[in-house]
Amino acid sequence: MPKAAKRPQRKNPLLRTRLPTLPPAARSRVALGLTAAAARGRFALQACPDCGAVQYPPSEVCRKCLSQRLAWRAQDGGGELLTETTLRTAQELFFRERLPWRIGIVRLDAGVNVVAYLHHNVDAAPCRVRVEASLDRAGQAALIAVPQQRRADLSDDPKLREMTCDPRGRKILVTDGKSAVAQALVRALSAAGAELIWVGEAEPWKKDEGLESLRELPQVSIVLVDVTDSQAVRQLAGEIGAKVDILVNTADLHRTFSIATRRGVETAQQEMDVNYFGLLRLAQEFAPVLKARAADGPANAVAWVNLLSIFALSNYPPHSTYSASKAAAFSLSQALRADLLPAGVRVINVFPGPIDDEWDQLEMPPKLAPAALAAAIVAALKGSVEDVYPGDVAQDWLARHLDNPKALERELGESAT
Amino acid sequence: MKAGKKRARISSASKKSAPKKSATRLPAILRNVAGADDVRFVDLTQTLAPDFPTIVLPPEMGPCRPFRMEEISRYDDRGPAWYWNNVSFGEHTGTHFDAPIHWISGRDRPNNSVDTVPIEHFIAPACVIDCSEEAKADADFLLTVRNIEAFEKRHGRIGAGSWVLMRTDWSKRSDPVAYQNLDDTGQHTPGPSADCVRFLVTERDVLGFGTETIGTDAGQAAHFTPPYPCHHYMHGAGKYGLQCLCNLDLLPPTGALIVAAPLKILQGSGSPLRVFAIVPQR
Repeated sequence: MPKAAKRPQRKNPLLRTRLPTLPPAARSRVALGLTAAAARGRFALQACPDCGAVQYPPSEVCRKCLSQRLAWRAQDGGGELLTETTLRTAQELFFRERLPWRIGIVRLDAGVNVVAYLHHNVDAAPCRVRVEASLDRAGQAALIAVPQQRRADLSDDPKLREMTCDPRGRKILVTDGKSAVAQALVRALSAAGAELIWVGEAEPWKKDEGLESLRELPQVSIVLVDVTDSQAVRQLAGEIGAKVDILVNTADLHRTFSIATRRGVETAQQEMDVNYFGLLRLAQEFAPVLKARAADGPANAVAWVNLLSIFALSNYPPHSTYSASKAAAFSLSQALRADLLPAGVRVINVFPGPIDDEWDQLEMPPKLAPAALAAAIVAALKGSVEDVYPGDVAQDWLARHLDNPKALERELGESAT
Repeated sequence: MKAGKKRARISSASKKSAPKKSATRLPAILRNVAGADDVRFVDLTQTLAPDFPTIVLPPEMGPCRPFRMEEISRYDDRGPAWYWNNVSFGEHTGTHFDAPIHWISGRDRPNNSVDTVPIEHFIAPACVIDCSEEAKADADFLLTVRNIEAFEKRHGRIGAGSWVLMRTDWSKRSDPVAYQNLDDTGQHTPGPSADCVRFLVTERDVLGFGTETIGTDAGQAAHFTPPYPCHHYMHGAGKYGLQCLCNLDLLPPTGALIVAAPLKILQGSGSPLRVFAIVPQR
């Protein structure tokens, strides 16, 4: 087991809980293109369609031909580490608390020099490296040079580990354990080394064998909570809120109705109550204490994961009220992110396409297996992304949405008839 | 003397809103209680709370909303000097009353919704049939006509206009899992047989049937003929239901007076309510 991944020592209760500091977060609007790609785990730079030059730093016009038609293109990140240095003094509070800090200049094969943090497995310059873009605690893209050949996870590096939300050694709340996805997720988190996993159970009289079977995992404790019950959410936050490092909101009510196939609003209200108001209740009770613990030693509060749906991007009319509730949750998650980001707590939104479960029974394959979705969530925590579109359908819808949202709206509209 | 005053006041109040006949009927029902030297009040109501279970149906059907409470203000910026809540619940949540309109068999009865049920029906005598031993031995226990006959042999004939309350001590199951008692074949809770309900309706003209479980029908009543016989026959005949009652073990087999007045909801099919008994001490 790598050194950084050992179970952290218990906190000394006599010491003050430190407040988080963040790496410099100011970026120009055009530089946020790097962040947009990094949020999905990609390294992209601008390329000039006229002369082919790749740009760094991000720019309004081409550094070679002054073309204004620059477009973001995925990069493989291959390059040569030309030179390196180790910072031993810094004005920024974030770096002062973390010195010494190793950085270097990498000549990318694409033809530009970039400044990058160096993974501790990178050999002394000069050597071949691969540059990745990762989100830092401020939520901005940072370039990391890792060894080109060897596998090197951010969480293997004691300093760069902070850019991840690695579940190893952490205490995690999964808000609703009564779904195949949640159960697969709890098992995956357990395998990933979570120290403790609280699994929420609503309506305990409706027995769920999958949830019961989680009791065999030593880290799991099942807690009664129903996200539609404000008092229950408040009580749970009071009891365990100050221990939760990662909250994964799996509470999801999915009914497969369109506007015309369900009379009245009762079902839609239920969906909103779980999918939207449930998130709001959790956010009001858990977000303040997560923020307060964002720098609480090596097992600090790091992440909030929302299980949304690709239907949140554009309404899928056969599941129209569900789509609307997920769109509402997506919207609120953006506000939650704005709230948690200044503390360095990452909000990760997961947008799966149809899942291989009861409520997507009539959807055609490919459908996302619960275990695959769980693996994608754990991978997101181990990495440094904040938007996850797991599976082919989600990737396809996302691409169509980014390309032309009106076209996607029309295409999905046709599926209703 | 005192009792006489009380009686007079009640009848004059009822005159305002109820049909004339109730002015003579109500004192007759109250006579036992009012004439008693001492009475005991027994609360038969479960507390409305978010974790109290509601009836379970297949998930594609419309479910009954559980009780929920959202704070409006608590002496804070939302209201500096006052505390209050908004509450929401289905009509059939917690200890609740079923009106005839609840069931399709009662849909065309006159005065079949909670806003039109005659108010003189809100106070009525109760016959409490103790089935606690049987329910303890068999969660699917069914009350039969023979049980009714045995009860009447000991305690006298069930009077017309009486509540028949089935005591099972089911309300003592404070764990909601044990209270619901669901397995892969559905719910297992005691209730009346179809013949028993038909007998109570046609031969005894009771006011309604009350239980400690989540419904007036047995847990497996979906498989009876007709399905849900207590709902079918009782409501089809304009009778009522009470469910999720508690403390029935504190009531005598006969002689208790039940006060059960549902909320006046326009076209309401039922409502949570406070149910209590007045028991003359002899």
